Amino acid sequence: MASAALAHSHAPEHAHYTSTGLNSNKIAIWAFIGSECFFFASLISTYLIYKGRSIVGPFPHEACNPPVCATALKPILNIPVTSTSTFVLLMSSLAMVLAHSAVVRGDRKYSKIWLAMTALLGSTFLGFQAYEFTSFVHEGLKITTNLFGSSFFVLTGFHGAHVTAGVLWLMTLLFIDIRRGLAPRDAINVDCCALYWHFVDVVWIAIFTLVYLIK
Amino acid sequence: MAADHSSSDAHTAPTPHAHEEHHPDWGTYKWVALILTVITVGEVWIYYLPNFTSTRFFVPTLLTLSAVKFAIVVMFYMHLKYDAKLFRALFTGPLTIAIIAVISLLFLFGHLAIRA
Amino acid sequence: MATTVAAPRHAVGPARYESGIWSWLATTDHKRIGQLYLYTALAWFLIGGFEAEIIRTQLYGPNGRLVSFETYNQLFTMHGTTMIFMVVMPLSAAFFNYLIPLQIGARDVAFPRLNAFSYWVFLAGSLFMNVSWLFRAAPDAGWFGYAPLTTPPYAPGPNIDFWLIGLQILGLSSLAAGFNFLTTIINLRAPGMNLMRMPIFTWMSFVTQFLLVLAFPIITVAVTFLMFDRFFGTNFYEVAAGADPLLWQHLFWLFGHPEVYILILPAFGLVSEVLPVFSRKPLFGYPVMVYSGILIAFLGFGVWAHHMFAVGMGPIADSIFSITTMLIGIPTGVKIFNWLGTMWGGSLRFTTAMKFGIALVGLFTIGGISGVMHSSPPSDLQQTDSYFIVAHFHYVLFGGSLMGLFAGLYFFYPKITGRLMDERLGSWHFWLTFIGMNLTFFPMHFLGLDGMPRRIASYDANQGWDMNNHIATIGAYILGAATLIFFYNWFRSMRRGPVAGNDPWGAATLEWTISSPPPVYNFATVPTVTSRYPLWDMKSAQPAAAPRPAQPAGRVPTAEELGIPMPTPTVKPFVAALGLTIAFTGLISHKNLPILFLGAATFVATLYSWLLTPLEPEH
Repeated sequence: MASAALAHSHAPEHAHYTSTGLNSNKIAIWAFIGSECFFFASLISTYLIYKGRSIVGPFPHEACNPPVCATALKPILNIPVTSTSTFVLLMSSLAMVLAHSAVVRGDRKYSKIWLAMTALLGSTFLGFQAYEFTSFVHEGLKITTNLFGSSFFVLTGFHGAHVTAGVLWLMTLLFIDIRRGLAPRDAINVDCCALYWHFVDVVWIAIFTLVYLIK
Repeated sequence: MAADHSSSDAHTAPTPHAHEEHHPDWGTYKWVALILTVITVGEVWIYYLPNFTSTRFFVPTLLTLSAVKFAIVVMFYMHLKYDAKLFRALFTGPLTIAIIAVISLLFLFGHLAIRA
Repeated sequence: MATTVAAPRHAVGPARYESGIWSWLATTDHKRIGQLYLYTALAWFLIGGFEAEIIRTQLYGPNGRLVSFETYNQLFTMHGTTMIFMVVMPLSAAFFNYLIPLQIGARDVAFPRLNAFSYWVFLAGSLFMNVSWLFRAAPDAGWFGYAPLTTPPYAPGPNIDFWLIGLQILGLSSLAAGFNFLTTIINLRAPGMNLMRMPIFTWMSFVTQFLLVLAFPIITVAVTFLMFDRFFGTNFYEVAAGADPLLWQHLFWLFGHPEVYILILPAFGLVSEVLPVFSRKPLFGYPVMVYSGILIAFLGFGVWAHHMFAVGMGPIADSIFSITTMLIGIPTGVKIFNWLGTMWGGSLRFTTAMKFGIALVGLFTIGGISGVMHSSPPSDLQQTDSYFIVAHFHYVLFGGSLMGLFAGLYFFYPKITGRLMDERLGSWHFWLTFIGMNLTFFPMHFLGLDGMPRRIASYDANQGWDMNNHIATIGAYILGAATLIFFYNWFRSMRRGPVAGNDPWGAATLEWTISSPPPVYNFATVPTVTSRYPLWDMKSAQPAAAPRPAQPAGRVPTAEELGIPMPTPTVKPFVAALGLTIAFTGLISHKNLPILFLGAATFVATLYSWLLTPLEPEH
């Protein structure tokens, strides 16, 4: 029953046929990133909405003096330290991009080096975050203290959780690279990890400006 | 080198690749990293200039600088500039709506006001 | 009479996954997953309907005391939450699952295991939330759970915890499915099927997936804030710490408004499939139907605060949202005219599916009209929190979504089961539903205008509300009877219905070219598509004058015989969903850390195993 409208073709029989010529995993990751824009936008909006509305200190950029606070408190954000961690995360994106490049050209040595470097830099960033969180708690800012504490820790905490997931992903890729080696045909999976990693970096760019730099 | 936008094995869709795969090279990556560093240093620098932070240009400047960082990471590291238009749509659509929603919320909660 | 036998599947998993309950636990077949969603949703429909019957019985007359006020709060909360998240959305998901791959000429969705995972997580979330009934602690703050009412000082028990955690779980299911179907529709269409040749149901579903993946993160954040307030003492909704009592409302409705378009667009898509077939005319204005769907989705993110006209946002905000709300009525209204245009001049056949489809057009219009009335803030100030609103949303959700879903169920029943439902029983179901629905909800317009507030467990006599409440309750009982007839018809026809064959209706799109039910691989050879209505263009001039007779049963070749690689069945999605649920259970049971870690560890370990295993056997 051949007819123009329903000609049967054998080309798309292959299991990896796609309508766009693009990889499905990559499409899904970009869709996921679009969705994450809304996730972080909600967290950031809440932080911005509650900016300046905490009743008790510590505050991000201003000192807090009695009677508002029991004891005099310095502004709690540490710009030099956070600038350093921001720089570290930005450089991790460079390492990521070089890792992907290495996998694409089949460079087994540098793929491992750069994957490890990315994971290391990411972990360093997390180390800075851990330091920051513990020192804030020490200085009197807990997640329950005020609006700033709640919105700050939840926003940066979720970002840190995303970084952690990314580091685990990188370490898994590194492990696979060591065990059996990542070939150019695996580049797409490294690409998906890279897209996720860069997005997490880009969210931090937004957070660094909106939370730390803008008073 | 065509690993980025074709399926992971040799068989691809019948539609021909209209665009050739451009990869930013190590030079481009290096420049992006350099610009990111310079801008970040710049942002932190102006943060410590009280004469500047008290003006009404401080916040717009910071936002612009961050937007530039955001854009170059997305365009070059995430190579959205070189990739299929579909990915651009999947990202910029939600991003635009999200930004509008954030700005609307700031208005609704009184953080922004239209100065008559 | 011979029937087409479902072909044994070609799978390389353990033999026990070939049949019986294991085959369901390990399935990655979108058609099976669709049926799982379908039957689960129908079960929750009975439960949510039962909750409604109790509500209506209590409200039959003044001073009803059938249930305590506390139980009443739980009933209307769970009725709403169940109907939205456990009935309409999963029924739509059943159609997404079953239909989309068939309509686009694909063999399955882009990520079959993720698909199974979405279902199991949905089942877990729906059970989780309803387990609360066993503790007599069902959620009781409305389906919208406004904070600060839901913060610890005002809602100290576990009720809201069940609600919050249940919603998070359900949200994960929807998000995962959203990414899956987005990728599927973008990337797995048959050759020649460009976007403007896709069946309209697939188009509306496509738009819905975007709404899903963008709206659900917002409620994830809102619910997370409330969870943190309740579990960890944060201050997001703590007014004493300076929190804004409107934060929840804005975040919730930023999600909630796109959510209602998520609820209606698939039903619109289904009706847009049904009406052309039974008018024997193509859909009138297909491009306009597509663009209006897209426009509704975009604008849907700009109208949320029309749920908040009574909170005091100020005249500028009120005016802006009023305008955007009126604007969104335009693309919606345009669809009504396109449906009418489809039927005009057509050769109409009034099958049950068609009746439900036409009913949507009329009833949704009524709901839309009351909706436009709400779009004006001064008018809405009289209507908000009254039964006028209850009337509006039941007209659009019952008269709209549910009628559309019923149309789809009758229309696609033969494709899913291989048999036809009984048209006489279908007619009874339809008319009793139509009459019952209008009897129940039309009087609510008057109740609202006469001042009856929402969410009250009882009311005093002599307020002029008695008669309309009587009528509404009687209507509700008629709806109950209608539903029973539907279930009887559904299950009876599976054994006794006439055999359907490939295309019992004379329809136009790809899913009707294959057997009913389809073989596991859907298409023996993937078709090349050159038009919007492949089957109609195949026939010489006009669509079939009568439904095609049942095909003689040839034996359907197996996937193995045809050399088609199929995904390996696996229980990993099920186990991953189980791990996730255990983790969440640890959260609610007094923050039981061991259980939390056990569940999380199970989830992560299974995820690793799943992601590192190829989908199909290497070929």
